[in-house]
Amino acid sequence: MRLYECAKVMRSKNAGPFTLTIDLMFEDRESFDRVLAAAGFSTGRIARLYGVPEDSVQICPFERVLTVKVTMPRPGPSSGARGDRDVYGCQQHFPLADMVL
Amino acid sequence: MSQAMGDEIRFVSLCGMLGYGYPLGSLETAMRAGAEFVGVDAGSTDPGPYYLGSGTGFVRPLQVKRDLEPALCASVSHGVPLIIGSAGGSGAAPHVEALLEVLRGIARERELHFRLGVIAADIEPQTVSDALAEGRMRPCGPSGSLTADAVRSCNRIVAQMGTGPIIAGLEGGADVIVAGRSCDTAIFAALPIARGFDPALALHAAKIAECGTLCARPGGANDALLCTLREHDFIVEPANPAKSCYPDTVAAHSLYEQPDPNCFYEPEGMVDMSDCTFEQFGERSVRVSGTRLVPAAKPTIKLEGTALRGYRAITVAGMRDPGAIAHIGQIEAGVREAVSENLAGTIEADGYSLRFLRYGMDGVMGTLETERNTPPHEIGFIIEAIAPTQELADSVVSLARSTALHCHFEGRKCTAGNLAFPFSPSDLQAGPVYEFAVYHLMELEDPDALFPLRFEEV
Repeated sequence: MRLYECAKVMRSKNAGPFTLTIDLMFEDRESFDRVLAAAGFSTGRIARLYGVPEDSVQICPFERVLTVKVTMPRPGPSSGARGDRDVYGCQQHFPLADMVL
Repeated sequence: MSQAMGDEIRFVSLCGMLGYGYPLGSLETAMRAGAEFVGVDAGSTDPGPYYLGSGTGFVRPLQVKRDLEPALCASVSHGVPLIIGSAGGSGAAPHVEALLEVLRGIARERELHFRLGVIAADIEPQTVSDALAEGRMRPCGPSGSLTADAVRSCNRIVAQMGTGPIIAGLEGGADVIVAGRSCDTAIFAALPIARGFDPALALHAAKIAECGTLCARPGGANDALLCTLREHDFIVEPANPAKSCYPDTVAAHSLYEQPDPNCFYEPEGMVDMSDCTFEQFGERSVRVSGTRLVPAAKPTIKLEGTALRGYRAITVAGMRDPGAIAHIGQIEAGVREAVSENLAGTIEADGYSLRFLRYGMDGVMGTLETERNTPPHEIGFIIEAIAPTQELADSVVSLARSTALHCHFEGRKCTAGNLAFPFSPSDLQAGPVYEFAVYHLMELEDPDALFPLRFEEV
């Protein structure tokens, strides 16, 4: 199953002009636990999908609202700089959304 | 201002962004509920570096007037302060001035009189260079090490003020505060902290309040949120009776635009939410407690500075011919070569950038796109040129456009033209291009000293 189908909400946004943060919100604890436990859901694999260093990717579970937050440096230039494609960072949840666990 | 422990303070956040709109009834409800001040955030870095760089707002003056007029009238008639932070969007001198112009216009039309406190947030490049030389500058997140060149390249630098300068304005008797670039939290935490309420709770409440009713259901930043701060907790409630807060919607707010849902950083220190409790309190409100503040070892403030990186021109077109779509790479290479040959002697290829955005193919993700198997039946095409002057950018895009239109490729059938232009003129000037060259933290003994405050009787 693709992550996009596992999550109830999947959204990306800048957290400041240099940082990208992606929230995966789940309907139930089972999906939340399954994604967190999946071997494929790792900082290494996410880093390769986005072309950023592995040690710059953070996976941060927020159990209270069954959400997993993934934070990394913006893969391209900073927000709105030459070469940027997404000033607000709102459509950067792909290719993570395409990840099959 | 007196201590008020054991007491409570109620305030209203007008909406998530001054100019994004809110129902007027929500403001009336909030005033009737006894709001002791009205706060509103007027800025953000979300729309990118252009607005700080160019000194313009991303919300039009008419929208600002629409939102500001009822708030100013309510504040004056109820005798409670109105606090506006990050005035004009980016909070530098031209932004503050643009907001003051709207404010003074309303005051004239409605014959309102009040004491105005204006706080500037502009920082001299020399101040940053000195701090850099003294080792007092560090990156904010992944913004990299700051260099002296980056500081020199900035056309404008602002700093985000904390609660201190706003408290000074209120203590000086201001009825209305117009603050330049501010921490979102400072707008709403200043008065409660000055009145002696717990800074941890005040900052957490402020963090939620600055987005209006984004923490409610139905969500959205375009409505007013009431906050009541008490000795050991705070309560949030949408002013609009059609909206409700729930423990999950309020807790989930700490995810929004934040790298870490358990904490955030302010000049006052790290606000730790990991032990917070969120409980339903009445039908439409939520009670929050347990926030802690870990004071900063060394006070810091966040700086934002922009540098001009050239001028942009674009052309927008569509492509429907399957042969042209299949050979798009070849067309692009041909255009690049023709443009660079044509302009040799005027500008070399490393002096400008030429970019092809291919919507329907990989326009959003670029090289990160993984979906490359199905050829699209149609693509949207933007050709972008960035060059040291507008005239050069216009010329690069014009040449690129005519070349792309007529560029030959293998097996070409659409020999009259490869592109469908929706507009005449087909090329658009997009003006100066800026970049955040400074997005760093500055350590300093007295952060409040950087934000001069002046008063004015309106």
